[in-house]
Amino acid sequence: MEFFRIQRDIPFMRYAVILNVISALTFLAAVFFIATRGLHFSVEFTGGTLVEVAYPQAADLGKVRDTVDTMKLGDIQVQNFGSSRDVLIRLPARGDAKQADALSQRVFDALCQAQGGKVTRKEMISDKGEAISKPSCASASGAELVDLKRSEFVGPSVGSELARDGALALAVTVVGIMMYLAFRFEWKFSVAAIVANLHDVIIIVGFFAFFQWEFSLAVLAAVLAVLGYSVNESVVIFDRIRESFRRYRKMNTREVIDHAITSTMSRTVITHGSTLMMVVSMLIFGGPTLHYFAVALTIGILFGIYSSVFVAAAIAMWLGVKREDLVKGISKELDPDDPNGGAVV
Amino acid sequence: MNRYPFWKYAVLVVALVVGLLYTLPNLFGEAPAVQVSSAKATLKLDSSLSTRVSQLLAAASIKADFVQFEGNSVKARFADTDTQLKAKDAISKALNTEPTNPSYIVALNLVSRSPQWLTSLHALPMYLGLDLRGGVHFLMQVDMKAALTKKAEALTGDIRSLLRDKNLRHAGITRDGNNVEVRFRDRETLAAARNLLSDQLPDLLWTETPDGTDIKLSGSLKPEAAARVQSSAVNQNITTLHNRVNELGVAEPVIQKQGLDRVVVQLPGVQDTAKAKDIIGRTATLEVRLLDESTEAAAAVTSGVVPFGTERFDERGGLPIIVKRQVILTGENLIDAQPGFDSQTQEATVNLTLDAKGSRIFKDVTRENIGKRMAIILFEKGKGEVVTAPVIRSEIGGGRVQISGRMTTAEANDTSLLLRSGSLAAPMEIIEERTIGPSLGADNIAKGMNSVIYGFVAIAVFMCFYYMLFGVFSTLALAFNLLLLVAVLSMLQATLTLPGIAAIALALGMAIDANVLINERVREELRNGASAQTAIHTGYEKAFATILDSNITTLIAGVSLLAFGSGAVRGFAIVHVLGILTSMFSAVVFSRGLVNLWYGSQKKLKGVSIGQVWRPDALKGAATASDVASKS
Repeated sequence: MEFFRIQRDIPFMRYAVILNVISALTFLAAVFFIATRGLHFSVEFTGGTLVEVAYPQAADLGKVRDTVDTMKLGDIQVQNFGSSRDVLIRLPARGDAKQADALSQRVFDALCQAQGGKVTRKEMISDKGEAISKPSCASASGAELVDLKRSEFVGPSVGSELARDGALALAVTVVGIMMYLAFRFEWKFSVAAIVANLHDVIIIVGFFAFFQWEFSLAVLAAVLAVLGYSVNESVVIFDRIRESFRRYRKMNTREVIDHAITSTMSRTVITHGSTLMMVVSMLIFGGPTLHYFAVALTIGILFGIYSSVFVAAAIAMWLGVKREDLVKGISKELDPDDPNGGAVV
Repeated sequence: MNRYPFWKYAVLVVALVVGLLYTLPNLFGEAPAVQVSSAKATLKLDSSLSTRVSQLLAAASIKADFVQFEGNSVKARFADTDTQLKAKDAISKALNTEPTNPSYIVALNLVSRSPQWLTSLHALPMYLGLDLRGGVHFLMQVDMKAALTKKAEALTGDIRSLLRDKNLRHAGITRDGNNVEVRFRDRETLAAARNLLSDQLPDLLWTETPDGTDIKLSGSLKPEAAARVQSSAVNQNITTLHNRVNELGVAEPVIQKQGLDRVVVQLPGVQDTAKAKDIIGRTATLEVRLLDESTEAAAAVTSGVVPFGTERFDERGGLPIIVKRQVILTGENLIDAQPGFDSQTQEATVNLTLDAKGSRIFKDVTRENIGKRMAIILFEKGKGEVVTAPVIRSEIGGGRVQISGRMTTAEANDTSLLLRSGSLAAPMEIIEERTIGPSLGADNIAKGMNSVIYGFVAIAVFMCFYYMLFGVFSTLALAFNLLLLVAVLSMLQATLTLPGIAAIALALGMAIDANVLINERVREELRNGASAQTAIHTGYEKAFATILDSNITTLIAGVSLLAFGSGAVRGFAIVHVLGILTSMFSAVVFSRGLVNLWYGSQKKLKGVSIGQVWRPDALKGAATASDVASKS
């Protein structure tokens, strides 16, 4: 079976302008949404407290919100997490609040009281044989009313540090990849690859801004992983361009690029398809914790194909990449196996 | 052409066997166990405890899978949770003769069910992170400025006593921030003092500045000395935390330094942050008080009825002592406690350093109470114990206290450790706190594993379907990659977290790229009319350069995540980077090995099973023998 049965090279570069206008528009839209809507940063970045509780029945979000509101903790957010029984409560960071307040404990106490129960410390042993001590909220008859699944407190200083480290990681990745590509290929390729792939990064972030999805540390990791991954794509095509420059000496730059893209087409779609299968499996089975991580990867991989194939190659073409840039000392580096190389004297 | 030399196959087989061996422990799951560790800073465990636990279990006719001493605890594994509970009760009853003041922590724990021979090969399962296990996590920031201030405070006292000893008159010693300032009226004294101070206190850097009619000599800590002070402050805090966490009876607490000024505390199995924080965040537990040496008090030792305003404490390993309620000093005033040696009496000593406030109080108290005894009481678990109760021989000024008499060197070591552990070297603040319920942890494992399994199956089915036998090789290479990755993670004893599992999934999704590249290249060579063996050979050769390039760019992103990431990102980055490295090996070397093994020996290979190789019309004429196979 073969999916791609292409008779002759597809003239992708003839449509370079249209493809890049589409790209540019998506990019501008992403920048616009990031600028106007901003990102919905997770507690890790902003600092604050997060409490996840589970009810045995579908949770009454209004009641939860009212209960926590009466504690006057500022601008709180209450939402379902994963299922209708799980509730996630976000409390903002407050300058004066120290961890000693045990905010999450207080919220849990209040929620428990609202259900008519009382919090006690429960010592138990898991089925596996591990000792566990946890606060448990039980009614007079002993039924579990609400379960504290997890809580998280992040001080504001940690948040800004993470944001700084994230920016630094992005910068180092970009510089590192550019240097490698410049060394391995040529500066025009390195600029083209980075422009194309940074545009992916901006578009992923743009999606997060538009839908106000939660931008967490895991999402940042996904974005950087995608950056490294889709540069791959450009590398594969650049490799092909270099090879085609060597092999088909009668073709001009545009034809060489078209040929390179066409001949790597099958591989591009199949690898991305495979990686996408894995990521979609994460999206389906990974649960709420991995949800946005998988979402970022999905968007990144889809846009990665587009931008690294069409955008990177087109930018390299406009930057004026030439045979001489890539094939140094043409006459000396002839491949003896090359069927199109012609006779060597 | 497509044959590996013998050694290459040997390398592959060795990698496979090692991979299997180190992955294996992860598959056995965990069994209930009882862990015995020391509850007191001064109680060191050794392998004799393991024999004792075995004897105890035998006496109670409880059968354990094994009892062994490892690291600093004894672990005993049992078949089921009922036996585990019985064993815990039996051991704890026998070892802790005094239940209110236990010397050992006997805790329930889980250990790997993997057989002993694997453990003896150091093949251990991966350590599960808190998000998969459940527990509490604290990140604490040590206040480094306070540590330096405390040091400057101590130095001020040192300088004062040094100058007094040498009869050098100064016009005032003050602490300004982290600097110490000494004023002098005349230049000669200053010069003498400067010589003395630079000699005795090499950690300080001195500068002279005129200050009105006086001359000011200000000393600041040298950068390397400051760094030393700070790192010892963090280390002391870690020791203190260890002692405090022991109270919680957690089987495997993690207390580690993170970066320069942070400490991570992880307590698996604990969900009760309030109690954990209460214990971790406790302040000074050390008190210095005077003994009540009246006749009533002497009578109270035996009668048990203490006079008004006094309390009765037990001296460590000795008799009860009646102590006044009034507290002279607390642990807050104690800067350091070190074991030492008195050169005159040849006795082991404990040397205490007090801060300025403490020194002043101590000087007054000792002057008024020469010949009497004072007690240094350490409050552990809310219960006081007299560490030592020395006789005051003379007035003690300058904040340097030497306790001597009736001590062995080991006792001096223990005492100073106990005194140090009573207080924090610098205050700490919790800057991050996380609790994960055990059910959520188990849920996370299941979800992470499911993503990996279903993703893997989907890729495998597609590859086998699309590339036929080459797809099978690719799938085997991918499975080998997974095996190697898990084996390497287990060998490194890396902590597996949910982002780590996600990284495993992603690594597999990305690793298949290399095989697709190779398979597509081989097909292309076939399409261009190359013979089967040549197609395999050139396909692998040509794909390799591309695979290397593309993996390096991914690696750059991975390494920078590793360098700048913290917490969740780090867990992701480690697996991501390792995954790229193992995938290079498995996708290129291992899959080639399989192909060589299968096709390499066939001299007249007609075709390869790589799925249909379609030819554009332009190439139809160049059809070769590979057509035959490509239809299959």
